[in-house]
Amino acid sequence: MSPMHSRALLWQGARDTLPMMVGAAPFGLIFGTFALAMGLTPVTALAMSVLVFAGSSQFIAVNLVGAGAALPVIWLTTFVVNLRHMLYSATLLPHARGWPLAWRAPLAFWLTDETFAVVEHRLRTRGAAGGQWYWLGSSLAMYGNWLLWTLVGVLLGRAVPNLAHWGLDFAMVGTFAAILAPQLKRFPYLAAAVAAGSVALWTHGLPYKLDLMVAAAAGIAAGMVCQTGENAR
Amino acid sequence: MTTWWMMLGMVAVTQAARMSFLVFGDKIAFPAWLNRALHFVPVAVLTALIVPMALAPQGHIDVSPRNAYLVGTLVALAVALPRGKTLPAIVASFVVYGVMRGLG
Repeated sequence: MSPMHSRALLWQGARDTLPMMVGAAPFGLIFGTFALAMGLTPVTALAMSVLVFAGSSQFIAVNLVGAGAALPVIWLTTFVVNLRHMLYSATLLPHARGWPLAWRAPLAFWLTDETFAVVEHRLRTRGAAGGQWYWLGSSLAMYGNWLLWTLVGVLLGRAVPNLAHWGLDFAMVGTFAAILAPQLKRFPYLAAAVAAGSVALWTHGLPYKLDLMVAAAAGIAAGMVCQTGENAR
Repeated sequence: MTTWWMMLGMVAVTQAARMSFLVFGDKIAFPAWLNRALHFVPVAVLTALIVPMALAPQGHIDVSPRNAYLVGTLVALAVALPRGKTLPAIVASFVVYGVMRGLG
């Protein structure tokens, strides 16, 4: 891979992640202000974004800190909330298997919902060649964005009125839908989507992102059953 | 001090999940059924993430043309479906969503 080419891929990965950055920005900012309100110092709030880098579990952990929860409770909750990353890790491994550990470890460190969606789509449709640079670009974009907005929140020190209602979270919904759509043309995948979507709606509000895990399991099962049925015909 | 212990544990459990397969699983050959199952992960997870936000952005189900989240999602799906053009679909959905929010 020439340096020119790898830099272009790095940039492409970051650029394709841009809508996700818009969607994550308000949450980074709100996290920064919320962490201070719950008694974290500016340094620990920032350190959490640097070290943990997992939005939902950061919010939940800070909430638990505010409520005076014991450490094992916080750790177990974080584990359950981030279980879905194991699914992403397994799904991406077949593409990354041939890469050295020095690539796989940092890319795994930065794995998020957003980078998973963008990178999996790229690797599936364009192959794994040079994909590590693309993945790195997406990871650094999400990471830098999260740190920046956490910092802004910490510096601001108080919540921006109604920021959560600006609706910037649609950036994630629109991008995920665009990535998802082409797959729905094949029957087993459509069935997986219908099952996952229905169960997600039905279980919405279960704590610790368990609704997401249950819905994903239902979607995977429905897809496999329909694929088996299709092959049998 | 406790905060740092909390952080250390959070890093450990989060990275255990993220690194599970990518770092420690590269020598494991997946059985055929698992490989088949993993093909459905993206479509299942992405749908599970967007359906509640598109259909119930305020927490209750709202299937109406005034629901900007729903209309924007449908635009993204409709544009991307025929030929898999992701970028035009994203742009179109943002524009429609933005206009609806701006007018609403």
